[in-house]
Amino acid sequence: MSRFSELLLAGCLIAAAAGASADSSFPGVGRPATPSEVKAWDIDVRPDFKGLPPGKGSVDQGIELWEAKCTACHGSFGESNEVFTPLVGGTTKEDIETGRVGAYIRQDAPQRSTLMKVPTLSTLWDYINRAMPWNAPKSLSPDEVYAVLAYLLHLGEIVPADFTLSDKNIAEVQKRMPNRNGMTTKHGMWDIKGKPDVKNVACMKNCKTQITMGSSLPDYARDAHGNLADQNRVIGAVRGQQTSEGAGGGAAAPAPHPAMDLMKKSGCSGCHGIASKILGPSFRDIAKRYKDDKGAESQLIGRVKAGGSGTWGDAAMPPQAHVSDADTAALIKWILSGSPEN
Amino acid sequence: MPQNTPRPGRIQRAPEGFLSPEQIRDVSAGRRDFLRTAFVSASMAVAGTSVARAADGDPAILTLPEHSTTLGRPVAERPYGAPSQFEAGLRRRESPGLTRVAGSSVSFSPLQGLFGIITPSGLHFERHHQGWHDIDPARHRLMINGLVKEARVYTMDDLMRLPSVSRIHFIECGANTGMEWGNVAVPTVQYSHGMLSCSEFTGVPLSVLLDDCGIDRKRAKFVLAEGADGSSMTRTISLDRALDDVLVAWGQNGEMLRPENGYPLRLVVPGVQGVSWVKWLRRIEVGDQPWATKDEAVHYIDLMPDGTHRQYTSIQECKSVITTPSGGQTLLDKGFHNITGLAWSGRGKVKRVDVSVDGGRNWRTARLETPVLSKALTRFNIDWVWDGSPAILQSRAMDETGYVQPTYAQLRAVRGTRSIYHNNAIQSWKLADSGDVSNVQVF
Repeated sequence: MSRFSELLLAGCLIAAAAGASADSSFPGVGRPATPSEVKAWDIDVRPDFKGLPPGKGSVDQGIELWEAKCTACHGSFGESNEVFTPLVGGTTKEDIETGRVGAYIRQDAPQRSTLMKVPTLSTLWDYINRAMPWNAPKSLSPDEVYAVLAYLLHLGEIVPADFTLSDKNIAEVQKRMPNRNGMTTKHGMWDIKGKPDVKNVACMKNCKTQITMGSSLPDYARDAHGNLADQNRVIGAVRGQQTSEGAGGGAAAPAPHPAMDLMKKSGCSGCHGIASKILGPSFRDIAKRYKDDKGAESQLIGRVKAGGSGTWGDAAMPPQAHVSDADTAALIKWILSGSPEN
Repeated sequence: MPQNTPRPGRIQRAPEGFLSPEQIRDVSAGRRDFLRTAFVSASMAVAGTSVARAADGDPAILTLPEHSTTLGRPVAERPYGAPSQFEAGLRRRESPGLTRVAGSSVSFSPLQGLFGIITPSGLHFERHHQGWHDIDPARHRLMINGLVKEARVYTMDDLMRLPSVSRIHFIECGANTGMEWGNVAVPTVQYSHGMLSCSEFTGVPLSVLLDDCGIDRKRAKFVLAEGADGSSMTRTISLDRALDDVLVAWGQNGEMLRPENGYPLRLVVPGVQGVSWVKWLRRIEVGDQPWATKDEAVHYIDLMPDGTHRQYTSIQECKSVITTPSGGQTLLDKGFHNITGLAWSGRGKVKRVDVSVDGGRNWRTARLETPVLSKALTRFNIDWVWDGSPAILQSRAMDETGYVQPTYAQLRAVRGTRSIYHNNAIQSWKLADSGDVSNVQVF
């Protein structure tokens, strides 16, 4: 079929469909969605599991996927606090029985893991399916989502090692979520007519007899936000304070290396730190490894363009086709020269 | 001769106060001998200014500057204008150490330097959950499905043909001031309150689109909004709110939305925390139950003292903050000052703002500048003559429901200190006799 007749046919179909919508107050605006279009986008899964596609995945299958796609950010056991807060930890067998996370009541939780918070298993299925892995969202098949979730639940001791999670048993597993009874909607901050829970009165004169300084900013915190003098206007009733990090620096701070901007713009910094490993290796570790390798420059340019995995662990680097040849070459040169920041 | 000649009687902090940037560089580079010369010239300038001025006047007047004696630059040299080079200090910034992944992070608006109630689009705060994209608007679609007579698809062409409205509303992240729940953590109002912006948004009311699809008003209770980004951010909105004042918007401050703010389409949910203002909006689903999405069941839940989490906390309650003088700033001088700040409420209009300079013992009512709009930032100002003694500055807003912004003690008595979200306590700025302002909490 010619391109023109294809277009014509599509146009007729859409026109016919639009004609079917008699109620629209805005003739000619919008059109009915086709069943395939709704199916392609309507991916949400509710707590009653409306929207959940059929499928299944075992803990064992989950381990393999996890190592390949999840470990870099979340650690082998979902415990990592390096990139995101931990997924697993802080829940007990008793919590699974009661549906309340005891750590909150005892107030002994140093940090809240995902499994300590999430009341509904549907939430995790929905989110992994729509947004994971971090650098390739929506790339997992339904069975893979079941498998990854089965492994995560096993890490939280919610299901045994030989478990297979499926659309048939997921509602039963939801009844074992450690914080399933830990949520409340009894507050006035959702409903449009909701009433506040905290009250003050607008006293105007002699309101307190004593004023206690409860908390003030330690110097290190004041100085951790750059030179405050550079974050205020240079005219007016006030100036920003000179703080230690930038003291004397001011306008004289050396300009950042142009590659810094290019690196952020090209999306490299989502996965690579200059001196620290994130998803991928740090730039300086790369420079160190290829220090004496004359072919490294062209080899790495190729790897950025095509993507790859295995050199630095299992985390895959997707192809970076959106970065131009010139930008890729400039970035690789900069990385191999030790990634100078200025 | 340094260009920043001080005036007599001003508070000047050595050496930054009277050294030019060039001299500061010299000092920090170790050329200490320069400092001695600078001290001499600076003290001469202080002593000599009034005399010199009486004799012949201010050099800024007497010696005509280059811009008065040369030809200026042509029109359209910069087809899209940019701020003056002297305004480079006012930038959105990240708070170091707050997050570890730039694609899922926050940048804060520089409230310390903004005027009025509209946030310049380039200084609007950012919060992304999986990075931002600059989406081709010709390829963007909005789908409405679920409990409607007919699931429908709209292109941007379709949406922009519809009857549009323009409304000014604030947007505040639910976690704004969240770092300060337990104690003082950040130095300036940019980091303490800067997940706050206010724009004029242009779009079509969501109710118009829901009606166009034939919403099933008997069964419909909630809608789900979903983004087109990698995270496909989703949030549940109750139907009474969705039909009230929610907009599907493409315009922001007279132009299209900025990519960082959801270009070409975002939801505007007046009075509700920013996470519900789904950016890059691709779909609205009508349903009869809330969805308990990731940002409703793992994040944006408020931990209470009894160990429960409040779910679906959405409304941004009445709050205010003094933006000048504020933390990290230094007052140049004793004498007259205009205390200025912002007030807002997710439940309607701001009715009144009171200001205290003695840590909350005595209060005076500030002037509210017009316009005062529902669920929009409201600018307040109040005259003040500073006598040079230490002070603690606070503002306290009241909205049209009669609700009064609480103190930290009142807020913590109900919600504890571990919530992260919805901290709307009265902010205190301590002014030292040096003129330095710092962030404190008083009880």
